[in-house]
Amino acid sequence: MNAGESISRTATRRHFFGRTAKGLGSIALAHLLGDDLSGSADAPTQPRGLPGLPHFAGRAKRVIWLFQSGGPSQLETFDPKPGLARLRGQDLPQSVRKGQRLTTMTASQASFPLVESAFEFQQHGASGAWMSELLPHTARIADDICIVRSMHTDAINHDPAVTFLQTGAQIAGRPSMGAWLSYGLGSESSELPSFVVMVTQGAGGQPLYDRLWGSGFLPTRYQGVKFRSVGDPVLYLSDPGGFTRGQRRRFLDTVGALNRMQYEEYGDPEIVTRIAQYEMAFRMQRSVPELTDLTTEPDPVFDLYGEDARRPGTYAYNCLLARRLAERGVRFIQLYHRGWDQHGSLASGIRTQAKATDQASAALVLDLKQRGLLDDTLVVWGGEFGRTVYCQGTLTESEYGRDHHPRCFTVWMAGGGIRGGQTYGSTDEFSYNITENPVDVHDLHATMLHLLGVDHTKLTYKFQGRRFRLTDVHGRVVKPLLA
Amino acid sequence: MLQALAVALGFLVAAGTGWSEPRVRAGVDYNDDVRPILSDRCYACHGPDAGQRQAGLRLDRQDGALAALSGGGRAVVPGSAAESVVMERVASVDPALRMPPAYMGHDPLTDEEIGILRQWIDEGAHWEGHWSFARPVRPAVGDITRRERPRNAIDALVLSALEREGLALAEPADRRAIARRAALDLTGLPASTEATEAFLNDSEPHAYERFLDRLLASPRYGEHMAAMWLDAARYADTNGYQTDGTRFMWRWRDWVIDAFNGNMPFDDFTVEQLAGDMLPNATRDQVVASGFNRNHRTTAEGGSVNEEFRVEYVADRAETTATVWLGLTLGCARCHDHKFDPISQREYYQFFAYFNNVPEKGMVWNFGNEDPLIRAPTAEQEARLARLEQELEGAEAAWREAEALLEREQEDWEAGLARVGSLDWAPERALVARESFDGRLAVRSMTGGSIDGSSKPKQVATELAEGVLGRAGVFDATRYADLGPVGNFNYLDAVSVSAWIRPDSGSNGAIVACMGENPIGNGWGLFVRGGKLWWHMSQRWTDLSVRLETKRGIAPGQWQHVLLTYDGNRKAKGIRIYIDGIEQETNVLFDNLDWPSRSNSTLKVGGGGGLDNRFGGRIDEVRVYGRELSPAEARSLSAKETLQSIAAMPADARTRGQRDKLRLAYLESGASVAVRSALRRVREARRRHDAFLDDIPTVMVMREGPERQAFVLERGRYDAHGEPVGAATPEALDDRRKSPPSDRLELARWIVSDSNPLTARVTVNRFWQMLFGTGLVKTVEDFGSQGEAPSNQALLDWLAVEFAESGWDVKRLLKTIMSSATYRQSSRLDPQILERDPDNRMLARGPRFRLAAASIRDQALAASGLLEERIGGPSVRPYQPPGLWEELSGNAYETGAGADLYRRSLYTYWKRTVAPPSMMNFDASDREVCTVGVKRTNTPLQALNMMNDPTFVEAARNLAALVLGGEQRDPAGRIAAIYRRVLGRPPRKAETDALQSLLDSFLAEFAPDLDAVERFLEMGESEWRGLADPVDLAAYAAVASAVLNLDEAITKQ
Repeated sequence: MNAGESISRTATRRHFFGRTAKGLGSIALAHLLGDDLSGSADAPTQPRGLPGLPHFAGRAKRVIWLFQSGGPSQLETFDPKPGLARLRGQDLPQSVRKGQRLTTMTASQASFPLVESAFEFQQHGASGAWMSELLPHTARIADDICIVRSMHTDAINHDPAVTFLQTGAQIAGRPSMGAWLSYGLGSESSELPSFVVMVTQGAGGQPLYDRLWGSGFLPTRYQGVKFRSVGDPVLYLSDPGGFTRGQRRRFLDTVGALNRMQYEEYGDPEIVTRIAQYEMAFRMQRSVPELTDLTTEPDPVFDLYGEDARRPGTYAYNCLLARRLAERGVRFIQLYHRGWDQHGSLASGIRTQAKATDQASAALVLDLKQRGLLDDTLVVWGGEFGRTVYCQGTLTESEYGRDHHPRCFTVWMAGGGIRGGQTYGSTDEFSYNITENPVDVHDLHATMLHLLGVDHTKLTYKFQGRRFRLTDVHGRVVKPLLA
Repeated sequence: MLQALAVALGFLVAAGTGWSEPRVRAGVDYNDDVRPILSDRCYACHGPDAGQRQAGLRLDRQDGALAALSGGGRAVVPGSAAESVVMERVASVDPALRMPPAYMGHDPLTDEEIGILRQWIDEGAHWEGHWSFARPVRPAVGDITRRERPRNAIDALVLSALEREGLALAEPADRRAIARRAALDLTGLPASTEATEAFLNDSEPHAYERFLDRLLASPRYGEHMAAMWLDAARYADTNGYQTDGTRFMWRWRDWVIDAFNGNMPFDDFTVEQLAGDMLPNATRDQVVASGFNRNHRTTAEGGSVNEEFRVEYVADRAETTATVWLGLTLGCARCHDHKFDPISQREYYQFFAYFNNVPEKGMVWNFGNEDPLIRAPTAEQEARLARLEQELEGAEAAWREAEALLEREQEDWEAGLARVGSLDWAPERALVARESFDGRLAVRSMTGGSIDGSSKPKQVATELAEGVLGRAGVFDATRYADLGPVGNFNYLDAVSVSAWIRPDSGSNGAIVACMGENPIGNGWGLFVRGGKLWWHMSQRWTDLSVRLETKRGIAPGQWQHVLLTYDGNRKAKGIRIYIDGIEQETNVLFDNLDWPSRSNSTLKVGGGGGLDNRFGGRIDEVRVYGRELSPAEARSLSAKETLQSIAAMPADARTRGQRDKLRLAYLESGASVAVRSALRRVREARRRHDAFLDDIPTVMVMREGPERQAFVLERGRYDAHGEPVGAATPEALDDRRKSPPSDRLELARWIVSDSNPLTARVTVNRFWQMLFGTGLVKTVEDFGSQGEAPSNQALLDWLAVEFAESGWDVKRLLKTIMSSATYRQSSRLDPQILERDPDNRMLARGPRFRLAAASIRDQALAASGLLEERIGGPSVRPYQPPGLWEELSGNAYETGAGADLYRRSLYTYWKRTVAPPSMMNFDASDREVCTVGVKRTNTPLQALNMMNDPTFVEAARNLAALVLGGEQRDPAGRIAAIYRRVLGRPPRKAETDALQSLLDSFLAEFAPDLDAVERFLEMGESEWRGLADPVDLAAYAAVASAVLNLDEAITKQ
């Protein structure tokens, strides 16, 4: 029993209809069932969130997380180390590595030759943020974003690291951040899920897992709903072939009428919820195709996001869809773009990934801004860890590789109460260790929750006798990031 | 009659004691009232966790609470709340003093909670142990015949509780309702129309009990019970982490189904799954059973640290075992002492130690089962294997007879050799490359090149010099001989490599290799490195490799024969290296060849792996085989002498290699027909036998390797070893033990012994949850201090004692519960009772809740006649929306065909990282970790799933076809037939009317639009053409779909 449920027990009438036996919130009975049962609670079929939340007025209402899976190299993007050029080929000093554990991909490597970035860096915007030539579009939003160079994590392999960033724990089983927020804050949309996930298609890269947007021990209704670019955007959305909307309507009317008879006989409020969920499904059958129909978007939008945005499954398309979801009140929008795992051939590989994501990431921020949505939408860009300053594999004239590096990496954030136009934290001359203002994964989570008006120590769920939270027993709000 | 029934069912009825009285609630009860407050609000800082304990105060134990406080006074002074410091602190209005502390964000205790504590202390602060750590005792039940309605002891215990609240049992459910309820509970499927009718028409006494017996005897019962057990066992068909490759554990699943169907006593069921491998003279089935604790996730992600994940596996086993059998949240003590229950971090690692001795590593193979594993033939395969073994034994016996003739024959043959001139011999089978450097200068020698291919090697003249036999290739550490595109073996190919070498002093380099120019690229090679012989096969040099070196060095400047054999099983243990015919001891440098290693490079002599790996010295008589040579063949190649010269030597002067060469050559070319045919027969029988073995499924199992020292791991970190610990169970669980169980087998036996207070309770509670939707202890996974207290402990304890004393008889337990009037109540909800007891914890009505995911699909298949009832076997791939796997990983989902589409859902292939969507939509456990609780949500995605998933659309169509082809000729009759098949009852008039009007509208709309009809009916693979008029079929399919979508259809009530 969670707090939300126990509080809804208090009012009798409200309780009877509102608490659907298994804790599913209540329902617009009067609306759905006619007058005979009117006078009951009027909440939608969507999660309502917990009473008392948000804990305080947050700056952000929603999150768009542009997750760059694989571990984008900070050395080639946001963390310039010009001194490396003259150290090329020299071994990483032991005094820097300090015995830190490495993945077994490089732990047995005979040497750890330093290698500089193949890309030029320049300062951008009034804030003078450093970015490499790989990110010409992100450079345009330099004054909107806050670059955090001092992120660090505990994991050195993809699975535990991505799982950590998405759920606050390296080992699977905890709810994802989006699930926590659906649970805590509920949905603002009556026709769309509160937590939507989209994955770039066709880019290859490290596999992803449903559990990254799963609900862990929270009820499964809080899990992310994956919007797909192949087939139905939402699984089983389309009616069978040959079925018209009118037929579906009559079908639902009949099923609803029979369910009502059942309700009259058995009195189980769960039946009422069922009727409402079928109606919600019917509404989604209209609202989702409307959402994913980009033909209503004018050409300048595609100039902004790039022509890729016309092709379902691209990162740019998903970014544009993210804006449309944000407009419709979806709480947590999570994009995944795979392919940043350059163990070898980094110079060519990272160019491809930057090309696929740079313009649309920047476009999203600009687009939100011009629509007045950036103020209450928090945008986060970043991967699960950084990459090593030393070369993995063989260092050649034109190519090099970098292994996973947990001790520092870069993310950027924009909007939703973030103070843009700043670069926070710094690393040593090897981009190996953080020298100033470290931010760990729990801190990032705490800060994101804070922006949403949630005290990360108080959003809890009791499971196996313990009150779990996203940040476990850690995390602190990184105040300097806030506007 | 009721008494007779109770006796017949073996209930213990406490004679003549009357009804047990409700507990007098004059005072507060420690376990019910006080402990929950202390545990939830105080233990985190004043509880079992010594590391976090503040001010030295411990409130979970009497001695701690009564001890003098460092700051003066005592936390609890029995009989005087006024003098108890704890009261002063919890009631303080000063935020600086108030407990739990405001500055840590804790809310104050409520007035009611403070009142309870005050009353408890004033009443003497009576302490009790935690209820679940005391062994259950059979409670007095009273005379069940003296009341109305009770059918057995369960009812008596439920009624005592109900009457305390002024409630009574609801009216009994009608027979149709109870038939459907029981069938869904015991088989996960609706009862067939015939079975229901047979029950309804059975007017003899005990008709219901006989109905239950029939359900319990159905093979569908074992499948249904297994489906739930798979959640607890975190069963899946893939590894789970990252690349999430396949595994094969279905033979273990077969075992579970058989165990339930055979009603294996739950104690045996337990011992065999936890330690079947350690049982004396364990049968194969018992070892298979131990696969339970190999169902956890594993990783094949490159770069993973072995020990980090191995520790994770052991922790998973320990925690799963604790959850499933002990109802303990052991995992809470992994990083620090448990905050609520008396389990220290040390005890966590003592429990961990029972599961720590499996010979395994953290990084596993991505494409199948990982060690330890066994072959687990099905019954059919077992029979065929026995025949093949017999044939092999027969052939071997015949060979032994023939062998007796050998010595004489071979001597004659040797004597004759001198007459035929010079003859040599070497194994030729599966020889893929040979280079003798004798005159044929077809071999291209190359020099130069670069790693990144920017500079290509150039051809140079091949240099030859005197060799072991004829001439040899001369290598100068810059050039290599390129044998072309042969020998690019992959990691599962068997390989043998043989060569004569005379290395220059200090030379490092490849003797034979199939690798490109990158010194750490993929491929394979036999090298001289650091003066040792060195073998390497690699996907990625730094970790995904098998690599080993000989302990003995190679002699520079001398000719010696080197030979390697590899059996193609990925492991270093399948590799043998010989120098001069003598098998060498080796150091294993890497043993992680878990991914394909094929190089598309050419085969090279004297090079491979780039400029730094060019050989210096001479190489002669290179042979590369695509198979593992036998030890005799391996030795024979080290004998360079001709057959004649060996034959001319006195027998006792011949080396082992020389003897082997002679024998092998004789067997191949000199032996008599009888000997050769006996040999051929053995080889053929061996080949057939071994080939069949490869077809037999394996299953991963537990195995007890050498004891691995367990440590307390500081903060749970795999590499932060603290104090070493031995295996033991938590002390708080067993107050009468002399010594803890010494190993995993003893642990398993202790778990089902009467010394353990938990297992029987935890188990009956899960069965109760299965039948009633909620456990008597709602927190089925937590019987500890933070778990919910049982809603009716007397009932829980009665069931637990009854279960254990019955010989852990699962079918009997289920029948007992389901025979009770409590189970047989109607599930109609009285609004007043709903308000007082929304979760039905008081049991004043029958259970009503949504079916599990598997049952929802299985029911649709069964009702529509599509269900394929074949039991057991490998997992199958029913429909799922295309692209689901592909969009998250590289693997493609290949939908099955034919009957595989209609198997029960427990056979559905379970990929952990992309679980079957229609299962996940209905709250199935994701099989990532052990799950014993149930979730039931009610979402729009479920509605879409029921309406539009081809599984359900096809089922609706087939159901329509069934009734259209059935006896009923009119719409009302057909609608009734659909109702009977899905809901087990005929429709009421209003229901028939509603559906008939839906039918009419669909008929009217479909009739003029045959194209729409066609598209609608096309769903699914099963045949529909010719079964009925398409318009009728489509309209009835829509009606059948409506019925399958009813709340009633997906609900057990």
